Amino acid sequence: MDALLLTSAELEALRLSLQVSFWGILGSLPPGIALAWLLARRNFLGKTLLDGIIHLPLVLPPVVVGYLLLVGLGRQGVIGSVLDQWFGIVLAFNWKGAAVASAVVAFPLVVRAIRLSLENVDQGLEAAARTLGASPWRVFATVTLPLTVPGILTGLILGFARCLGEFGATITFVSNIPGQTRTLPLALYTQTQIPGGEAAAARLCVISVVVALMALLASELLARRVNRALQG
Amino acid sequence: MLDIAVQRQQGALALDIAIQADKGVTALFGRSGAGKTSVISMVAGLSRPDSGHITVEGRALFDSAKRIDLPTHKRRLGYVFQDGRLFPHLTVRQNLHYGMTLVPTAERFVKEEDVVELLGIGALLDRRPARLSGGEKQRVAIGRALLASPRILLMDEPLAALDAQRKDEVLPFIARLPKAFDLPILYVSHAMDEVLRLADTLVLIEAGQVAAAGPVEAVLARPDIPLFAAQRDAGAVVTARVRAHYQDDATTLLDSPAGLLSVRPVDLPVGTPTRVRIAAADISIATERPRGISIQNILPAHVVGFEEAPDGRVNVVLDAGDKGETCRLWARITPRALHDLKLTRGMPVFALVKAVSLIRGEVAEHETLPMSTAVGE
Repeated sequence: MDALLLTSAELEALRLSLQVSFWGILGSLPPGIALAWLLARRNFLGKTLLDGIIHLPLVLPPVVVGYLLLVGLGRQGVIGSVLDQWFGIVLAFNWKGAAVASAVVAFPLVVRAIRLSLENVDQGLEAAARTLGASPWRVFATVTLPLTVPGILTGLILGFARCLGEFGATITFVSNIPGQTRTLPLALYTQTQIPGGEAAAARLCVISVVVALMALLASELLARRVNRALQG
Repeated sequence: MLDIAVQRQQGALALDIAIQADKGVTALFGRSGAGKTSVISMVAGLSRPDSGHITVEGRALFDSAKRIDLPTHKRRLGYVFQDGRLFPHLTVRQNLHYGMTLVPTAERFVKEEDVVELLGIGALLDRRPARLSGGEKQRVAIGRALLASPRILLMDEPLAALDAQRKDEVLPFIARLPKAFDLPILYVSHAMDEVLRLADTLVLIEAGQVAAAGPVEAVLARPDIPLFAAQRDAGAVVTARVRAHYQDDATTLLDSPAGLLSVRPVDLPVGTPTRVRIAAADISIATERPRGISIQNILPAHVVGFEEAPDGRVNVVLDAGDKGETCRLWARITPRALHDLKLTRGMPVFALVKAVSLIRGEVAEHETLPMSTAVGE
């Protein structure tokens, strides 16, 4: 039975993975919705460029993303030094940095899913809401956003999965520190580098599979509920 | 009082529309693409005129000279769209409340119970729009617009997406609105039967311009607008008044400019003004007063002219006016009949009316002018 209990290192990696993914996805949601709306509903100069920049993490090797984060957000980085000196926020080599790395990598998936959903919202319904006396913000909150929930949910799940699996950007940006930045994939990688670590690696692999599967099932259930709520 | 004068260049279409209307139903009638919907869209603030003004009950919604352009949500409108546009994620009740709750309680003059009862939607309140029929959706949409206590109701072909049966289900509800809520209503339509049934004022829009405007009968009677004669369903609209009921004969007698009309019994008090429609296909022509015939309505008339009908037949334009009045009727006959009867202009004939349909139980007083014209779908 002991084989079913998780070791403290495994628990730590699991907890860290969930924590990093949770905050990573939560942080990318508000700007994700805002940018998705901008891309879906507005035309402006440089829209294509903005779209390209948002999608960069999807096509760049994660290691490159991690390196850029290190240069930009590291303690000596352009933004990192400001954050450190003005706000006392340090992202390098701790779990917050890992969350940022995950968020950046998951961001394009989040924006994409929400944007698709936004583009499917019937703008006639928004016009109807306006004729009924709703201000633009109220229209957004009471019509647009509720009807975008399926897309937001899809974005959340895709993004969460991407965060859980994040490896390259994390290890480059915040390294592989037990209890700080060693998430499940990093822990698994570490085990494969140690002679005799195969069994531990296999256990971590199973944990990863179980977590991913549970996330998928949860999202499926949630999606069904949302659809029922939207279509009655 | 509704006062609209707007200009807008819309692609190739140069809109230049001026409309003045009192309370009651003002129908904007015309082909699709003529600019009808654009007009109410501008009244709603969903699109912007290049110049002009829009005033409702003395309140300026738009005025390019004074730089007034109220945003849509401050215009206090009710807008019923062709496709209903109910919020799919809300129940019928929540849909109804959507606009209502945004109006300060003191300014709400439309009661929820009244709307629910008038539109017969009490049983639907807890349902979602996805589970409503087309007619039910449209009734809820009308209710939702009314409950926003609007200062003007805009209806954009609210029946166009419905089949004939559903249309008949919703029409009576719309017909009751002007009296029940004392609102100006702008009603966009390309269906003449709806206009005849609902409208007090008719504004004819062609290629972005007002081609004619005024009381329905007056506009339809204008000989310079050969609007509907060429259509399949052509016929005349005649204003009449209930004169007497004969219970033993199961008929009602109407006074019309063409003389007395005997129709099926109508449940209206004597003296009520009505609109009747006589389809061209329901009139036969005789050169002498026929005897031994079951048709009750035989009206003396004379031939005014001839028009081509779309099915290869001929519309004979008749004037059946009594006592010096004019009353135009159309009779559809075959070219052969035309030849056999040797009809010529000015020739006295008898119009044999096979059917008269009552369009509207009650019409406003100004519509009792003795006028008639050819109409059709």
